[in-house]
Order: sequence, then C-alpha cells, then structure tokens
Amino acid sequence: MRADLSRFEVVRPRALDEVLVRLGEGGWSVLAGGTDLMVTLGALALPPGRYVDVWRVDALRGITVTDDAITMGALTTYADVQRHPLLQVEFPMLVEAARRSGAAAIQNRGTLGGNIANASPAADSPPALLAYGAVLELHSRAGTRRLAYADFHTGYKQTLRRGDELIARVILPRRAAAAAPVAGGVRDGVVDAYRKIGTRKAQAIAKVGLAVRLELQGGVVADAAIGAASVAPVPLFARTTAAALRGRPLADAIEAAVAAFGDEVTPIDDVRSSARYRRQVAVNVLRDVLAAVSAGRTPVDSL
Amino acid sequence: MIDIELVVNGRSQRVHAHPLARLLDVLREQLGLCGTKEGCGEGECGACSVLIDDVLVNACLVPVGQCEGSRVDTIEGIGADPRVAALQRAFVDVGGAQCGICTPGMIVAASALVRTRPRATPAEIRTALAGNLCRCTGYVRIVDAVAQACGAGESEGGA
Amino acid sequence: MQDGFVGRSVPRREGHDKVTGATAYVDDLSLPGMWHGVTVRSPVARARLLGVELGEGVPWHEFAIVGPDDLPGPNVVKLIDTDQPLLAADEIRHCDEPVLLLAHPDRAMAERGRAAVRLRLEPLPAVTSLDDALRGDVVVWGRDNVFREYRTAKGDVDAALADPDVVVVEGVYETGAQEQMYIEPQGMIAQFDAERGVTVRGSLQCPYYVHAALVALFQLPPQQVRVIQTATGGGFGGKEEYPSVIAAHAAVLARKAGHPVKLIYDRVEDVRATTKRHPSRTHHRTAVRRDGTLVAMDIDFIIDGGAYLTLSPVVLSRGAIHSAGPYRCEHVRIRARAIATSHPPHGAFRGFGAPQSVFALERHLDVIAARLGLDPAALRRKNLLQPGEQTAVGQVVREPIALDRVLDRALALSHWHERRAAHEAFNRSTDGPLRRGIGVATFMHGAGFTGAGEVHLASVAQVQAERDGTLTVLAASTEIGQGTNTVFAQIVADAAGLPLSRVRVGQPDTAVVPDSGPTVASRTTMVVGTLLRRATASLRQTLRDAGLLPAGTGPVDPEVFTQAVARYLADHEQLRGEARYEPPPGIAWDEKAFRGDAYASYAWAAYVADVTVDLRTAEVRVDDFVAVQEVGRVVNPVLAAGQIEGGVAQAIGWALFEQVVYRDGRVANPQMTNYIIPTAVDTPPIRVEFMPPFLGDDAPSKGIGELPMDGPAPAILAAVQHATGAVPTAIPMLPEQLAQVLQEAQS
Ligand SMILES: Cc1cc2nc3c(=O)[nH]c(=O)nc-3n(C[C@H](O)[C@H](O)[C@H](O)COP(=O)(O)OP(=O)(O)OC[C@H]3O[C@@H](n4cnc5c(N)ncnc54)[C@H](O)[C@@H]3O)c2cc1C
Ligand code: FES
Ligand code: FES
Repeated sequence: MRADLSRFEVVRPRALDEVLVRLGEGGWSVLAGGTDLMVTLGALALPPGRYVDVWRVDALRGITVTDDAITMGALTTYADVQRHPLLQVEFPMLVEAARRSGAAAIQNRGTLGGNIANASPAADSPPALLAYGAVLELHSRAGTRRLAYADFHTGYKQTLRRGDELIARVILPRRAAAAAPVAGGVRDGVVDAYRKIGTRKAQAIAKVGLAVRLELQGGVVADAAIGAASVAPVPLFARTTAAALRGRPLADAIEAAVAAFGDEVTPIDDVRSSARYRRQVAVNVLRDVLAAVSAGRTPVDSL
Repeated sequence: MIDIELVVNGRSQRVHAHPLARLLDVLREQLGLCGTKEGCGEGECGACSVLIDDVLVNACLVPVGQCEGSRVDTIEGIGADPRVAALQRAFVDVGGAQCGICTPGMIVAASALVRTRPRATPAEIRTALAGNLCRCTGYVRIVDAVAQACGAGESEGGA
Repeated sequence: MQDGFVGRSVPRREGHDKVTGATAYVDDLSLPGMWHGVTVRSPVARARLLGVELGEGVPWHEFAIVGPDDLPGPNVVKLIDTDQPLLAADEIRHCDEPVLLLAHPDRAMAERGRAAVRLRLEPLPAVTSLDDALRGDVVVWGRDNVFREYRTAKGDVDAALADPDVVVVEGVYETGAQEQMYIEPQGMIAQFDAERGVTVRGSLQCPYYVHAALVALFQLPPQQVRVIQTATGGGFGGKEEYPSVIAAHAAVLARKAGHPVKLIYDRVEDVRATTKRHPSRTHHRTAVRRDGTLVAMDIDFIIDGGAYLTLSPVVLSRGAIHSAGPYRCEHVRIRARAIATSHPPHGAFRGFGAPQSVFALERHLDVIAARLGLDPAALRRKNLLQPGEQTAVGQVVREPIALDRVLDRALALSHWHERRAAHEAFNRSTDGPLRRGIGVATFMHGAGFTGAGEVHLASVAQVQAERDGTLTVLAASTEIGQGTNTVFAQIVADAAGLPLSRVRVGQPDTAVVPDSGPTVASRTTMVVGTLLRRATASLRQTLRDAGLLPAGTGPVDPEVFTQAVARYLADHEQLRGEARYEPPPGIAWDEKAFRGDAYASYAWAAYVADVTVDLRTAEVRVDDFVAVQEVGRVVNPVLAAGQIEGGVAQAIGWALFEQVVYRDGRVANPQMTNYIIPTAVDTPPIRVEFMPPFLGDDAPSKGIGELPMDGPAPAILAAVQHATGAVPTAIPMLPEQLAQVLQEAQS
C-alpha cells in the first residue's frame, strides 16, 4: 500500500550533534537502515511525524578494537559483523546471528542499533549480545551513559532508552575466546553455542533462538550466560537457568538447568508458532547443547 | 520533497522526491526503470533487488533520501558487465527464468555473487539467493545457471 | 520428424527480455490520464450490510466511487453459477469481500480514501469450519451448505468390506488451504469508451473467461470488449477465475471516472481476497488381502468451497476421479461433496482437487503397508493398473502402459532398497537427534478438461501466414511461465517445415485471437498444441491445393514458402489455417452416473522423497527428490523439467511450510513474512526423468503442468513415517504439527 508521505518530515544530518539536538527537542524518531521502519511505513502502520535519518552519520559507523573491548557503532550492519575477523574469532555467536538474520540484502542494510532499538523479542542479535555481556552506549544532549544490555529490555517493546537518546555504540567486553570441543568434554575454557529455529532455513523470523556461553573450570561451570529469542515478551536473559548451572559440575547440572529454563520461558501462541512448540523446542535444544558440551561432541546443528 | 542526485546505471540523475519515498517507486515511476519489480513491498521476495554502490539491497525498503550521491545499478544496467551478461545468457539457456517476474531480482542478486565469488558452490549460491523467492522453478535451474556463470559448470542434478 | 524442433530444448522465446528486465507486466504499464483504483472490503466473515459511510477529511469529489447500484449490468461474477456478486449488496458472505470501489488520480490518496470508508454492519453467524458446515446449524448456502455432491460406485463395496478374509483399514486424511503466491500480485488496467467499449489489460490465464464476464456485465456485443493479456508473473490457477472480478472492477471504475484505471492488488490484499487451494478431508475404508491386493475402496471426499460456488464442482469432480489412483480395485464407491463455508471462495490451483485426493489415498496406502508389514513400493506395484483394466470410474486403459517400469525407474534412481535398509540401520543405531526415511507415491493425472468439457469448449486455434513468409500463431493460450510461446513455436515450425525463427507467437488479445479455451488443466500443449499442428497442416494444404507448394510434410525452403505465400496473398485477403477441437474417437463420459472416459489421456508417475527428521525440533529436511513420469512426447525437455521441478517445490511447500491461518474466517498471515514458501535453501536438488513414451517416439504429448503437484506431499510424509514410525495424516505438516504427532506416537 502507498503511504501518504506528506505527513512525514525527515531530516538527514551528517553530524551526531545535530541528531542529538533534534532528539532533544522531543517528537523525533530515528531512522537507520530502514529494514523495520520501511516495512511498517508500507503497511500504513508507521505513525506520521518527524524522523531523523542517521544513515549518513559517520560517527555511528565502524568497529574498533581495544585490549579489553570491541566497540561497534550503532550503524554496524549484519554484513559488517560477518566480515570482521576478530568478531569471527571471539564472538562467533554474534557472527552466526548476523549470518542467520534475513538474507543477503537485509544483512547489507539492517543495523545492530536498529535491531536493539526495535526491541522485537524475536530479534536474532540480542541473545548473543546478552550472552556476551554487551554494554550499550546511549548519547543525548544531556550526556552519555552506559547500560548493561541485560537491563535494557523492560517489557514488550519497552526499553530503558529515553526518547531523547540515541543508541550510539554496542560494546562487547573481550574475554577468552571459545574453545573447540575436545574429546571427553571441555573441562576448562569457554564454550559458545548458538541455535536458531525458524520455519525455514533462511529468511525466517526465529521461533526459538538460543545463545549459550559457558565457562568451565575442571568440568565445573564457573560462569554461564544464556540469551534466548521468541520465548518471552523481551529478548530473554535467562538468569535463573544460568544460576542453576553456575558452580556445579556441568554433567550433573543439565537436568536442573533444563527444568529451570522450562519455567523461565513464557512463550505465546501467534501466527508463526505455538507456545507449546516454542517451550518444548527451547528446552530440547538447551538440553542438547549442554549434553553435547558435556560429552565433548560438537552439538549436531538443527536442520 | 527534496532534490536528490544519484547515478543510475552510470548516468547522473536528479530526482525530486520525498526522502522517505521508496527507491523502488522512484526507479519505476520517475525514471521509468520498470525492470525492478514489486512482489511484496516488505523485503521478503527480492523482486526489487538493486545494487547501491555495489551492495545488494531491496529497493522497496530503501528510502530514496539515503541514496544521495550513490551509484544505483538495476537490471537495465548491470548487463554491461560481461560477467553479468554471461549470467543472463546462462539463465536463458539453462531455463532459469519461467514467468520471469523474479528474474531481474534474481539476476541482480546473483550478479553480486558472480562478481565477488567466481567459483561459488551450489550451496553458496543457494544461500546467496535465499532472499529471492521464485514460485515457478523450484530453484533448480536458477542454481544451475548461476553455477554455470560462476564457471563451475556443475549441476546438482535434474534432467 | 526426428529432426524437427519438437523434442529439443530450444531456449525460451521471451527469455532474453525476461533476463534483461525488458518484459512489461501490468504494473509496468501506464496509460495517459490513468487513475488508481482500490477496493473497500469487508473486515468480517458474515454480516448484513446496513450502509456505507464516507468519512471526513477526504476530498471525495475528486474520487470515482462505484457501488452495486453503479454497475452497468447484473451484479454477478459469471462462472458456473450466478451466486457471487461483483460487489456485496445486502449481505456479506466472507471476509475481504469487495463492497465499494474507489479511484483517484493519486495512488496514496486512493489509499487514504479506502481507509476513510466505514461500513455499517450487523454481524451474522458465520461458518468457519467443515464440521460446522456439515452440522448445518448455520446454513450459509442452499438448504444444507452442500454446493455439489457426486457419487459413483462399481462392484459391491459393502459385501467386500464384510468378507472375513480381508483386512479393513480405515483412515482420515486432511489437507489445508494453499496460497498460489505467484510473485506478481494480480492487477488490471481498464479503459472505457462509450463508442469503442471496454478494453482491459492484465495479469491473467484465461482471456476469454474475462471477456465473457465483461460482455455479461456491460451487455455489449462481444467485439466491443477487448481483453489483452500482459506478461503474467505466475498463475498456478490463481489467475484463472479471479481476474474476471478485478477486470470488472477496473472497468466499472474506468467508466465512472472517465479515465483509464489501474487496479493492482498489493500482497496482503491478494492473499486475503483471491482464491486458494480447497482444503479437504478424505475418509478411506479399504478392504485388502494379506498379500496386499486391494479388494474394495470406500472413499468419502470433502472439500471446502468457501462462500460462493465458483469453480468448486469442477475441482470436486477432478478430485473425486483421482481419489482411487492408478490402481486396480474391483469394488469402489466414491462420495464427493463440495461444502459451503464463510471462507473466501477457494478456487483453481495447480492440480485442481487431485493433489488433495491423491494425498489421502497415497497416505492411506502407507498406513495399509505398515499394517500388513509390506514394503510400500511392493504394495503399490501389486495393484498398479495394467493395460485393458479399468479405473475407479470405469475408464478402460487403452494405452499400452507399464506402470511398474515407471515405479522401478524411480526406485532405481533413488536407490530405494539400499537407502531404505541404510536408513533403518542408521535409525536403529543412532543415539543422536536425527532420523532418516524414504517414501514413495505413485499416481496418475488426467490432462485436459474432465469428461465432455473439451467438447463443450470446442476450442479453435489458427495460424496465419504473413506477407514476409512468417507464421503467426493465433491462440488464446497464455504464457504464464510454463513455456507456451516456445512450445507453440516448436510445434508450428515443425508442422510447417520452417525454421523456428519464422514463427511468431503473439500476445493473446481477444480482438485478434480465437477462443482456444482457458490456460488450465494442463491442456495447452496437449489440446491447443494439437490444434495448432492441424491448423498449420491445413494452411500448408491450402498452398498445396493452390499449386504453390510441392506435396509432402517435410521441411520447406523458407524462400519457396515466402514466395508461395506472397503469390497466394496477391489473390486473397488473408491466409489462415484453422482447427477446431474434435474428441478422440470412442470417448464417452456419463456425467449423471459419474462414469466413463474421464480424460482423453493420463500422465503416469512415481516420486520418491528422501528426508531427515530432527527429533529435537520436529523439522523435516528433504534431502533428495526423484520425479519419474511418462508424459507422452516431451516437446521441450528443459521447459518440461522446469515445470516438474517447480511443481515439486510448490508441493514441498504445501506439505511442510505453507499454512493459511484462518481466524474467524479471515487470513491471519497474509504476508510473505508469515505465509512461508520455500527458499533456495529449503528445496533439494530435484531429479527429473521422463520415461520413453508408452506409445513410442511419435506419441502425442500429454499435459504436465499439474502432475508434479500430486506426488510430493504423500511421498514426503511417507518418508517421515519411515524415519520416525509416527503416522502423520494431515498437511501442512509444520514442525508444530509433527511435534504433536511424534508425541502421540510415543505415548
Ligand atoms: C525481510 C526481513 C527479514 C528480517 N529478518 C530478520 C531476522 O532474521 N532477524 C532479525 O533479528 N531481524 C530481522 N529483520 C528485522 C530488521 O532487519 C532488523 O531488526 C534490523 O536490525 C533493523 O535495523 P535497521 O537499521 O534497518 O532499523 P530501522 O528500520 O531503521 O529502525 C528500527 C527501529 O529502531 C530505531 N532505531 C534504529 N537505530 C536506532 C538508534 N541508533 N538509536 C535509537 N533507535 C534506533 C528506529 O527508530 C526504529 O524504531 C528482518 C527484516 C526484514 C524486512
Ligand atoms: S518487493 Fe522488495 S523484497 Fe519484495
Ligand atoms: S520464474 Fe516465476 S517466480 Fe521465478
């Protein structure tokens, strides 16, 4: 359908400051790669009003590496993520999430900032960002603040971002790189496992998404972080499930963790899937991942 | 409404449009380039695929305001590259086009692959085209055509 | 004619234009002064329409507005019955039924107008399931919600079922609605002129269906209605009957506006409002001997026709005729019903009822095989029809068929026996989440109209010689991707003895081409192709009779031909060959008894699917697919294989991905993001093979367009059954449904 564009005002600044000035005035919304916004516009569901197009703001682009963090500008696209050599090594779940988001054309245009701000519980990058302990940098005329991403989503499509704030950067704290599976099971080191279940194998919105990061010391789970998509009103940071793993030998903790996860997810029925299926699959896939790590198998990826 | 300058298929153009107008509509309605098709208007089908500065995008999701100063290449122009012309011939020879409505988008998407990965495997080709839906072919001959143009010449099967 | 063009994979005629973006589809066209039309639709399934209000804030005086009272003729969509209005007048009978038409010079303003129209509705009870319709508490059509019922029987089914020596196996099988999802949504451009009448251009399969609808609506002489097919981006049956509605809407808007009007559906509107494949439910009760011999079949086949009768009786009849498959069985009883509900009308879709009933039967045979402990391929082989035997409706197979050879070829290509054993060994030994399986379906598909349909159509095709010595094909058959242009050129070139480059195939335009019938039912190559061969022969005969061409049917020197034509045209106004359909001798169909020669010919096939099932997620991946068929002579192997591959992919979608979610009678997933069709990574390599024709190298061609829709779904579900031991009986079988089936099988 054709939207009536005369009711939309757009500015296209190049300077970050100018963006912040507009947002500070109130009543302005952000336009980045447009892969969510333009769909909404086409469905005549985008509220008419004022939009700041940030696509040309260079300060929001680029991936920088320091000793203790990798910092990605909000306009970092899925294609940028996949191409980055260090992300491939240290943050493979994010790279995998990017590879599995939409298809090539969407990956060239969709941004991390947009994916986070859009706050869909089905979004693919959030589970990985949650499992990696990402930090968001929000800018506004009032200043810059940093937030643990795990605290960002507060309810369905509700976040801690104020209307005058822009998501400027996503920061990934660098930790040990994930280890390859070893025979007899990983006893020491970090293991990452990412899963996305969609209705088809490409260009699918997740029915269940899962990012699991485990840090093992002598077969005991020293730390665990689990992010999940499409199983709650928000991208789920599964704290209870992680707690059920922490401090226990992995092999002994699997069933407790799986049970905790079954309680922690609160999926719904919609046109894409059923609550029952989502819960069952989320649980199956988590069990499978944990069992594989514990047995030293590469988990067999789902079809 | 604003004036936007862009280079379409190698020619400088100035268009007068709302910055949120879809690149797709500007191409089709202002520039008369109707080879770029609309199958869904929501980024799912790929019929509207074009290249912006050599990057594959869905023209139905790109606000034209973001194309200022960019190069846009559409199905009408990309055949100037001999590798793409070979791809187009392969589509005809192998039977990669049936009703043809997905074909321009398919070829634009495949051209991005043919240019960057000359020896792509069938699996890579399938992944690269996953954002382009075809309802006629079952993709078999599309994959064969792209494989042929990639110089691989190998087919996955079929008659 | 071994050296001719028929049998060779000459490249698609319009291929170059399609790969360069030069081909113009309806939305690519624009006429001077053209306005844009939109359709206001009902948001509810059933209601009394009390009034229509034009809301505030819209410059209504700039619009052309058409309601039921503004139509130039009867408010009827002319199909089999006249129950369906072009615009709902008093009662709304399904969601998204058209109520009011608007046109405006500006597309966005037209859209604003649509959003500002308010319908005053008084809700009425709707019927949104087959069970509700059959129960009949709410009657939405006729006296009992039954559009049409067919019954046919042979032998003594009850006695055979009661025989103590047989095993009786019962089952119920269901199929869901399916959206055609051609990538080009529907659309039309109409012009109206008080003197010249109506001209409509658009995306359509059957120019003369649209023509008939417009003649009836405008009450004009036929020559004042002109329908031109534009390049059409896929149809699959979806552009068979519905384009008449859009053409009529666009034309009445053009008449009201005094401007040409373009009416293009967007994707959501197209999915919600236009026809889909009929959902079905089939009940099978079968008597079978322990060795697998089929003794009796009792079949009850029901389809959901939606709110109006449209083409449902024809879909029903094809489904019923195919419901007992290519198998020998002495006692058969078939009851078939098309039922009315409050869904938008279901309609033509590749296969036309046969995929539904074939799915049920083939699934049922696997259930029988499992019950008897037989290999599913062996069970089928035992019962396959032989020459001289009869189908369920009493058609004697006169063709020297050897269906076991078709089956054997499919089994050999798929390594059936080795893979079956290997999969069973794998499934027994694995402690992982994956299971593997392989399944087969054997089936036939009758080509052309059912029964006396072709006789009633009495199609005509012509070939015209031009002054430059080229031939122009004049037929109403449309190129919708399946290769009509190319195949026709091959056939005519061979019959004329001329090079391919001397044959032109024009765009179907009712002002120019005769009525060669609709482009449906896999009839184009088989029926119209044959007419063109005869028309060309007759044209040649004319030149011979005039002493301008030597005798013979072989190749002709193009220069000699050109001179012959030039000389002929010096004395005559035009040179045309024409042929009219003649039924093959000895063919008879009794519509009342629902018995006889249902189709002039059948294509025969065996398909094998190899799958992996993930028990964690209940996902199914088709790893390999083999499609073997006998279709008579193949005119163009590449185009034919493309038809099979495309059909297989569409059927994979029907089986595993595509679910039309109706909520309160409305499609709740009308977008490509939530109605999921397979992408390139969801489809396997598809291995297609055509058997040498049973009637030898010069055999006539049979239809192939619909055939590939029949076999894949049952073969895939059979493979899933082999992999998991669970018995899925319904499609679409998305992971959500399979998960449940697997769980039930466990407990
Ligand atoms: C066909 C298709 C397939 C898709 N597949 C997937 C998929 O598989 N997985 C997935 O996760 N998503 C998918 N998406 C959704 C979408 O591509 C992503 O959410 C993308 O990351 C959005 O980024 P964008 O830059 O395009 O956002 P926009 O559309 O530009 O913006 C989205 C929202 O975020 C806000 N916003 C954007 N940037 C900022 C910022 N820096 N600060 C504050 N607010 C901001 C906007 O105001 C808007 O509300 C798909 C979309 C389409 C059309
Ligand atoms: S029209 Fe742009 S992706 Fe379908
Ligand atoms: S050729 Fe028709 S959709 Fe691809």
